[in-house]
Amino acid sequence: MHAEPKTLADLSRALEDRAITSEEATERCLSRIAERNPAINAFITVLADEATAQARGADREIAGGRRRGPLHGVPISVKDLIDLRGTPTTAASRVRQGHIARQDATVIGRLRTAGAVFIGKTNLHEFALGTTNEDSAYGPVRHPLDDSRSPGGSSGGSAASVLDGMAFASVGTDTGGSIRIPSAACGLVGLKPTIGDLPTDGIVPLSATLDHVGPICLTVEDTTLLYGAMRGVLKPEYPPLRDVRGLRFGVPRPYFFDLLDTEVAARFEDACGRLRSAGAILEDVLIPHTAEIATIYLHVALPEAASCHAATLESQPDDYTTNVRLRLEMGRYILAEDYVRARRGQEVLTQEVKDALAGRDCLLLPSLPIPATRLGEPMVRIGESEEPVRNVTLRLTQLFNITGHPAISVPCGRTTGGLPVGAQLVGARYRTADLLQVAAAVERTLEHS
Amino acid sequence: MTVDTWLENALRDADRRQLPALRPLLEALARSTRLLRAADWNVDASDRTAPPTGHAR
Repeated sequence: MHAEPKTLADLSRALEDRAITSEEATERCLSRIAERNPAINAFITVLADEATAQARGADREIAGGRRRGPLHGVPISVKDLIDLRGTPTTAASRVRQGHIARQDATVIGRLRTAGAVFIGKTNLHEFALGTTNEDSAYGPVRHPLDDSRSPGGSSGGSAASVLDGMAFASVGTDTGGSIRIPSAACGLVGLKPTIGDLPTDGIVPLSATLDHVGPICLTVEDTTLLYGAMRGVLKPEYPPLRDVRGLRFGVPRPYFFDLLDTEVAARFEDACGRLRSAGAILEDVLIPHTAEIATIYLHVALPEAASCHAATLESQPDDYTTNVRLRLEMGRYILAEDYVRARRGQEVLTQEVKDALAGRDCLLLPSLPIPATRLGEPMVRIGESEEPVRNVTLRLTQLFNITGHPAISVPCGRTTGGLPVGAQLVGARYRTADLLQVAAAVERTLEHS
Repeated sequence: MTVDTWLENALRDADRRQLPALRPLLEALARSTRLLRAADWNVDASDRTAPPTGHAR
């Protein structure tokens, strides 16, 4: 007898054991959406009829002994930047009014083959160009733990849907931290795989060289299963659990620890202490050119985004939210010579992160310098300093979009006010599976110590 | 083009396009571009720029 499943893996086992049907699980998600979405605004489109039909089809196949794998019959949400055939991809923008996707994005096609049930399309920061979801044609997403706060973005609706039980997992995108930021702010697990690991075709581009797609889930086990299905592996194996004893973590303190909320810093140091107590080896490492991270990011991301939006910035400028329009316009002024300088800087930083990882299992740092921010407040106080929310929220994640290294946020405690804090693990390029295995060990240590 | 000249032209263009709200963003971008151009990995045709050292500056 299964208790009511909370995680993707629990639901998957319950479906396999026929302790629950996909239709029942889907109905629970739809009921939760009906109850909570008016307050949270996580979904732009709810696919009630389509999801119910998919769930019934999954139940028939499972009952007939044709279970496809762990995603079969599992209701998941999809960021509304990603094409799902026959449904609108709004990108949370009036610019996309009337759009209907003709075919699935490649990762969605793989999930459809794996038997996932698509419960709906989630709200985001317009065109994924922001970290609070406040600039959305559909209104802001609200944090399920405190509706005066943002769940972080740009995949904010995805994270809120998982945290609040409206979906068992979600597919998000990450160009500067848009999976890891909301995962940290909501106490979830969010994976940005190695650049190029998962195809981004069928996803509205923001920045061609920085865009990633990946899972947002409740646990590392769920993340491993969803990531496997997104890679096209129908029956992904969950790797054997390992201990953190003897694992080597590089902790890059300069720059990354210079601007941290005191409670975030305290929770992160607690986590480091628990890992050390469990036998992990933590060593400080240096990434020399951290001072140039933000300028490299800006000079790559903005002109690449502007190149996608140049035509619509001319033809329908008033259909953008003001802030997103202005940021895209900034990108149109960046000179080619400066874009090339930034691309060279990208190579330098990639080598420096590789050097910092040499002889180590991964890097360990906070995911987000502050807890979930209040809606409507563009500035945040950290110690004596008043900083723009956008710059602060991107500060710890954007480097690994620049370098393409896989990075995952896992929960590492809560503030005294109950807001989640995340720790970020960064692995070697093309070794995303190894990173997931280390993340599972870290998750277990932090949960049980 | 120097950053100063670039900024002057960009601000004039933003005004011409009736986008005054772009002014502070372009000024912030100019500060960021100065930092980018000062980075030690940049190549200078005169060969007077040191190659990246890999050490903290």
